[in-house]
Amino acid sequence: MVQSLNRLKESPSQTAGPYVHIGLTPNFCGIPGVFEEDLGARMVNDKTKGERITVRTRVFDGTGTPLKDALIEIWQADSDGLYNSPSELRGQADPNFTGWGRKPTDMVSGECVFETIKPGRAPFKDGRMMAPHISFWIVARGINLGLQTRMYFSDEEAANAEDPVLARIEHRLRVPTLIAEHKGGGVYEFDIHLQGDRETVFFDI
Amino acid sequence: MPADKTPNGNPETGAFFQRDRLWHPPAFTPTYKTSVLRSPQKALLSLDNTISEITGPVFGHDMLGELDNDLIHNFAKPGESAIGERIIVYGRVLDERGKGVPGALLEFWQANAGGRYRHKKEGYIAALDPNFGGCGRTIADEDGNYAFRTIKPGPYPWPNGVNDWRPAHIHFSVFGHGFAQRLITQMYFEGDPLIWLCPIVRTIPDRAAIETLIAALDMQATIPMDARAYKFDIVLRGRRSSLFENRLEGN
Ligand SMILES: [Fe+2]
Repeated sequence: MVQSLNRLKESPSQTAGPYVHIGLTPNFCGIPGVFEEDLGARMVNDKTKGERITVRTRVFDGTGTPLKDALIEIWQADSDGLYNSPSELRGQADPNFTGWGRKPTDMVSGECVFETIKPGRAPFKDGRMMAPHISFWIVARGINLGLQTRMYFSDEEAANAEDPVLARIEHRLRVPTLIAEHKGGGVYEFDIHLQGDRETVFFDI
Repeated sequence: MPADKTPNGNPETGAFFQRDRLWHPPAFTPTYKTSVLRSPQKALLSLDNTISEITGPVFGHDMLGELDNDLIHNFAKPGESAIGERIIVYGRVLDERGKGVPGALLEFWQANAGGRYRHKKEGYIAALDPNFGGCGRTIADEDGNYAFRTIKPGPYPWPNGVNDWRPAHIHFSVFGHGFAQRLITQMYFEGDPLIWLCPIVRTIPDRAAIETLIAALDMQATIPMDARAYKFDIVLRGRRSSLFENRLEGN
């Protein structure tokens, strides 16, 4: 026998199920009045620094049908590349930007829209700069463990080319699955595919 | 609320432990049919955390309303309360090192006592309770403790097999200190025979893992003549000490 490490096991995940909105966005799904507003619904205010952008996302299943019962959370740096978190030791992030958003996919179109700002660059562990990106977490009925991925920006070609995370993707034809397309006017479209030829690169991170 | 602290009082910045993906349910679990077309099929890209995953937002106690942790009353008309068995659910949010997770945000949702959810897409014939909304939230204290009051949800049938029933359960969403700790799970109740028949429960391969999701009846914490108590601890990913890790300037 040896000494015990006294580690616990992470609680196993279970699907968010079809009624995740009741818990996480009750005002959206017809349960008003319990909470003043749905958490994560507003990411920016008048004083938030940085370039305003709109991120339009859909999540497609293996038949190409958009999910209409998913919930997405995003987490990102401010316009200077700083995270609004106690574990951010490089400086004080913009106090008018939480960096965190939560939205359900629309029950008819499946679209999920985030009004946010374009993040600055933050360093990889070795000090090299990562390209601007937004972290995604996707849950829904039929998803047993929340899916993690990132969204990069199509108009950041030079930064994307030196991004240490994108560089780790072995099959280079899959890199574009992480890059949102700039449609002009600060609108970015990011399609997430759960399966198929265009399956998004999901992270174990 | 504070983040994890190192012994000298600084916030922790270590990467989270690798997730044990054999302990969690796999993505593709055909007996839970909806997973078939919603499960990624390609290998995940495995990466040590960067600052994008180590960090996370802070939720302050000031965002909470007085009845946020009381599902018996938070949707009820004044002077009325939800129908069902009155229970208290309490426990601790810990990480894999056994440390409490202060300031963790817990959000929960559930069916009413008859097994009916208040949701447009819900079609079960059981009656809605006009005094029950089905959602609540709280924030763990400085030791990771949390508690809320609710009614015991009923089991309900769902379209998967022709006769599949969910055991009584409460959905939990937990937000710890880093975005990589994000977790959604479900709490089950001690003694429920439906647990072991449920295709969603059984997406978890290991029986010992399932047992960690079953809350224990706690008669000591029960309030006599009022509400029974169930204890449910939740474990989030632990994190490495960054003490001896090489860090470049400005990192
Ligand atoms: Fe449920």
